[in-house]
Amino acid sequence: MTELYKLTAAETAAAIASGETSAVEVAEAHLDRIAKVDEKVHAFLHVDTEGALAAARAVDAKRAAGERLGPLAGVPLALKDLFTTRGVPTTCGSRILEGWIPPYDATVTRRLREADVVVLGKSNMDEFAMGSSTENSAYGPTRNPWDLERIPGGSGGGSAAALASFQAPLAIGTDTGGSIRQPGAVTGTVGVKPTYGGVSRYGMVAFSSSLDQGGPCARTVLDAALLHEAIAGHDPLDSTSIDAPVPAVVEAARRGAAEGIKGLRVGVVKQFSGEGEGYQAGVVQRFQESVELMRSLGAEIVEIDAPSFDYALPAYYLIAPSECSSNLARFDAMRYGLRVGDDGAHSAEEVTALTREAGFGAEVKRRIMLGTYALSSGYYDAYYGQAQKVRTLIIRDFEAAFERADVLVSPTTPTTAFKIGERADDPMAMYLADLCTIPTNLAGNAGMSLPCGLAPEDGLPVGLQILAPAMADDRLYRVGAAVEAALLEQWGRPILDSVPTL
Amino acid sequence: MSAITREEVAHLARLSRLELSEAELDHFAEQLGAIVGAVARVGELPTQDVPPTSHALPMTNVFREDVVRPDGTPILDRTEVLGQAPAAEENRFRVPRILGED
Repeated sequence: MTELYKLTAAETAAAIASGETSAVEVAEAHLDRIAKVDEKVHAFLHVDTEGALAAARAVDAKRAAGERLGPLAGVPLALKDLFTTRGVPTTCGSRILEGWIPPYDATVTRRLREADVVVLGKSNMDEFAMGSSTENSAYGPTRNPWDLERIPGGSGGGSAAALASFQAPLAIGTDTGGSIRQPGAVTGTVGVKPTYGGVSRYGMVAFSSSLDQGGPCARTVLDAALLHEAIAGHDPLDSTSIDAPVPAVVEAARRGAAEGIKGLRVGVVKQFSGEGEGYQAGVVQRFQESVELMRSLGAEIVEIDAPSFDYALPAYYLIAPSECSSNLARFDAMRYGLRVGDDGAHSAEEVTALTREAGFGAEVKRRIMLGTYALSSGYYDAYYGQAQKVRTLIIRDFEAAFERADVLVSPTTPTTAFKIGERADDPMAMYLADLCTIPTNLAGNAGMSLPCGLAPEDGLPVGLQILAPAMADDRLYRVGAAVEAALLEQWGRPILDSVPTL
Repeated sequence: MSAITREEVAHLARLSRLELSEAELDHFAEQLGAIVGAVARVGELPTQDVPPTSHALPMTNVFREDVVRPDGTPILDRTEVLGQAPAAEENRFRVPRILGED
């Protein structure tokens, strides 16, 4: 039999439900795998061995008692360390929260527990989700399982690397400007940013509240859909949560794989089709092949011109830091986390400034100051105000595009995984990694990245990005599953079979 | 490129409650200058009659009855919360002095 840690989430759940294996055996296989390989990958900041085994034992007890198990019962998962977990450390990749044990569960955490998902631990990330390489983690970078000298993407590099190194079949990420999709692309895994408001933000530590969105990460489109359904849905504790039924994403994934995408209108975004500067040849090649593949599957390909998308990156780097500067004001050293300089002589305000200086890393400081700058009087209209107007234009371009196409496609990232250290102290170079993913966050609609091949020049994974209108997340899964099935047929084996042995 | 001076960074750091080091002031001045220069491109698009968007999807305020929350709603446990505070005293957060010496 295949190693338990190589199974997909759907296969794992089925094997547990049928009694072929137990949830405890599955959890132990993954904990052993973590013990064996995570020293090299560093996908986890904290492994909750006891909690995982207790959750697994509960699943086995339910089955023994004849209870019906949910579709993901007993399936292990890596939870991004941005989500609060009662009794389990939550650091957000920051020194300022080192050792913090949250007194409450995020709604996503609670839903995972209710679905009997086995949370293995907390995955590494760029500090407060700010970054595209996981190098901004205060606890050291995560490494890409495809090449340990390279970045696994970010901010959710830990989640993506855990999947690609077979430490977990499922993971949770968050996507403010691409932090689910970009790590998915550079690790050969699947990542979905649901429609804004589709998954609760309660207990997900806020970075940029109008953009932040939690979502599923997996090794297959169907697994991502199963996880999507488990965590999505209205939450009265999040005022931005959408009070409407969750799109039927699992059904869409099954339909896409079985029925394909004949007749579907696929829009190729001219601005991101790889003609501009900075696109790697192998990325453009795999993307163009994917478009041809969709055409051969019966999709109608239309070219989409969305001129405002060229301004999404600068608009994002004004809006996100502005919201960040306000959100991160909560780290004042008074109620939780680090406190520095409380010696009786320093005032509360001085203690706050000393603590934030010691507790935040360079990128977080840069963004807080950039946001403070963009929001300050005299600059507000030219920067933040203007960025908000550009945001309107981007939404309008999407509206026009979705009149002509059911989904849009582009490469997820302009390049494959770059080397650790290469862009670490060059913010503008780092920001370019999210060039193609950002417009979706600004418009609040839905996006997916799935692997579409290896770039010939470096043998590293390339991601295909699919975008759908708000609350049409099911279209991502339909197209994603169809492309995934066609590629699997072409390749004869899943892309992750080519990951070097750790 | 919009240059950002060392003095401007020091001002931003004060507003942001960051006690930056001397070396950081120089380094961030250069980097923030480059970033601001790049993001200023948002000004190139004509936007005279374009309304700003703060939130992509329509938002309405959410209200609830002013009653004790139903069972199952997470309510923070005081002991658990204070146990995670940097300092606690008499069942409250203990904070450094707020007023100056004089």
